[in-house]
Amino acid sequence: MKKDIILAGVGGQGILSIAATIGMAAIELGLQLKQAEVHGMSQRGGDVQSHLRLSSKKIASDLIPKGKADLVISVEPMEALRYLPMLSKEGWLITNTNAFVNIPDYPELQEVLDRINATPNHIAIDADYIAKDIGSAKSSNIVILGASAPFLDIDPRNLENAIKNIFGNKGESVVQANIEAFNEGLKFALNNKCA
Amino acid sequence: MQRMLLLGDEAIAQGAIDAGISGIYAYPGTPSTEITEFIQKSKEAKVRGIRSEWSANEKTAMESALGMSYTGKRTIVCMKHVGLNVAADPFINAAITGANGGLIILSADDPSMHSSQNEQDSRFFGDFAMIPVLEPSNQQEAYDMVRYGFDLSEEQKIPVLLRITTRLAHSRSGVLRRDTKEQNQIRLPENPAQFILLPVIARKQYKVLLEKQNGFEKQSERSGFNQYFEAENRSLGIITCGLAYNYLMENYSEHEIPYPVLKIGQYPVPTKMVDKIYTDCDELLILEDGYPLLEKSIRGFLNKGKKIRGRLDGSLPRDGELNPNIVAVSLGLDDTIGEPVPEFVVGRPPSLCNGCSHNDAFLALNEALNMYTRGRVFSDIGCYTLSALKPLESINTCVDMGASITMAMGAADAGLIPAVAAIGDSTFTHSGMTGLLDAINNNSPITVIILDNATTGMTGGQKSSAFGKIESICIGLGVEEEHIRILKPLSKQHDNNVEAIKEELEYNGVSVLILRRECIQTLNKRMRTKHKAKQLEI
Repeated sequence: MKKDIILAGVGGQGILSIAATIGMAAIELGLQLKQAEVHGMSQRGGDVQSHLRLSSKKIASDLIPKGKADLVISVEPMEALRYLPMLSKEGWLITNTNAFVNIPDYPELQEVLDRINATPNHIAIDADYIAKDIGSAKSSNIVILGASAPFLDIDPRNLENAIKNIFGNKGESVVQANIEAFNEGLKFALNNKCA
Repeated sequence: MQRMLLLGDEAIAQGAIDAGISGIYAYPGTPSTEITEFIQKSKEAKVRGIRSEWSANEKTAMESALGMSYTGKRTIVCMKHVGLNVAADPFINAAITGANGGLIILSADDPSMHSSQNEQDSRFFGDFAMIPVLEPSNQQEAYDMVRYGFDLSEEQKIPVLLRITTRLAHSRSGVLRRDTKEQNQIRLPENPAQFILLPVIARKQYKVLLEKQNGFEKQSERSGFNQYFEAENRSLGIITCGLAYNYLMENYSEHEIPYPVLKIGQYPVPTKMVDKIYTDCDELLILEDGYPLLEKSIRGFLNKGKKIRGRLDGSLPRDGELNPNIVAVSLGLDDTIGEPVPEFVVGRPPSLCNGCSHNDAFLALNEALNMYTRGRVFSDIGCYTLSALKPLESINTCVDMGASITMAMGAADAGLIPAVAAIGDSTFTHSGMTGLLDAINNNSPITVIILDNATTGMTGGQKSSAFGKIESICIGLGVEEEHIRILKPLSKQHDNNVEAIKEELEYNGVSVLILRRECIQTLNKRMRTKHKAKQLEI
């Protein structure tokens, strides 16, 4: 088993929670893991990314080679496109369709979405809408995690367990909201695999 | 043995706890901050009584660590690469005094300048000080090298430099923990003059350092961190270190490299090993993250020997961090890059947070300066440096910690009046206070804006040494009390703030305006904690 994952977004959007959840599930399954994060200046509203590598064998590099990522998981549509050079030809792009506009020159959203839809393997999901719909607006990142689940080679139940562990100290209602968000994302992905 | 999932920084911190340190000294700086934070949060460290408060700057941290080493106890001092410039005086001289208790200096380099103003390579500082340098290539080595480094430091009575880079500092992986060592007891140096660098003693101590050099190299030759991997194809030999080794392995399936490889993790350079790979192979490729230190020394001035490839001959870019693709290209392998980034995708630079006090401060400053020609604001290192970008475009310089006040003074001396310094609270106590004293003694017509958000914001909200002390420091240094003004940077106070700044710009002497409002990040964090505590009460 080998999964090389780029997680993308804007500082503060919660990509490290996605990484931590996948990471915890991977550790439970006895997989090797390397995860490069961005700390410091870029976290202040800048573009951030994390390289998450899972494998049943020893992992050499902390960075994924360009063109070798199995998945690009993004909580923001333009940020998803920033990592196209990382994505392998057979890889999947899973992205939120909600723009995070904190810059004056953000491109036309339709242009962004058209380019995403032109990617051979992709899931484009309105995670913010789904999260609000289930009454948990803060869980849109976990909706995205759910939408990525069919491509991770990890049993969704292991990911659910990881969600329980990671959000456990925030109380049962937060855990339940995130599990629901996860399953809504998963359901969407299974119904909308555009390959 | 316990397996932990740790950042490179955290692996070093855990390694230091387990190696029996009695204290850690540091000033926050990306990418080194998490080492000290890990120890501050560690229950074990608390039980073991390890001191871990932040220092005012890297120099005070380095000197405090040297003092702890003097007593025979183990200590680590941590900083980012440019922090080592600040600590350079005690650092270089600590090599002459030598260590007593184990002393590790951790310097975290930032190739590609993710959060820094340069990408200097700390290995040169190690070479300059003539002390052993350790450079891990993964989290486990980072953990192991701390223990090894302390043993080496005590055995050779020398400080040891541990050099990491951003990618290792901020990358997580599994680390196997070893047993925990007890802390040392106080045992002062056998030679009572060891730490007295009077010239007459320093000359002797320097000779001692020079005599140690052979021993350091012998230790490098037999170090488990310097490894020679034989291979059949000798048309090329590869010398590598740090993360570059991983990028090399990444390019070959099953991590089997067809060429001989020398992996260096301990300096001084193991000359015999270098000689062997040079003799055995037709040409050499040097892969190092940072400056071309190995490459330069192996080429020499004349570069008349075998072909040496690396950053200097263009086989690899001269600047920036390496990655698996850059290394692939240098090996003649395919660059595996995917689809290009669409042209309409624009940069998203970091920006001040919504509700940040600095934003209101600079809006007021911009307006107050409207009546003057542009180019008068000398700034410093911190979140507020982001005010250089659109839409604020408030500042004109950012060079090093504390340079705002002294550069404003120099510019005012040259006739640029008024000149403004903009500096954060933590940066002020780091390196701004002494410059302010110069300006007062010089009676320079400068206006100092202290952006007091009550924390070290850029690195994530660490406790600021300046907290609650700024006015008394300014008064103590000799700023006239009527020219120390405290303003609250809020939009509803904007007009008042503009007026106050204008008045002080006109004053023909040193004035200090303290623009004080808590960092929005630490405020939110505090409110969340409070909210949580309240919920628990219910």
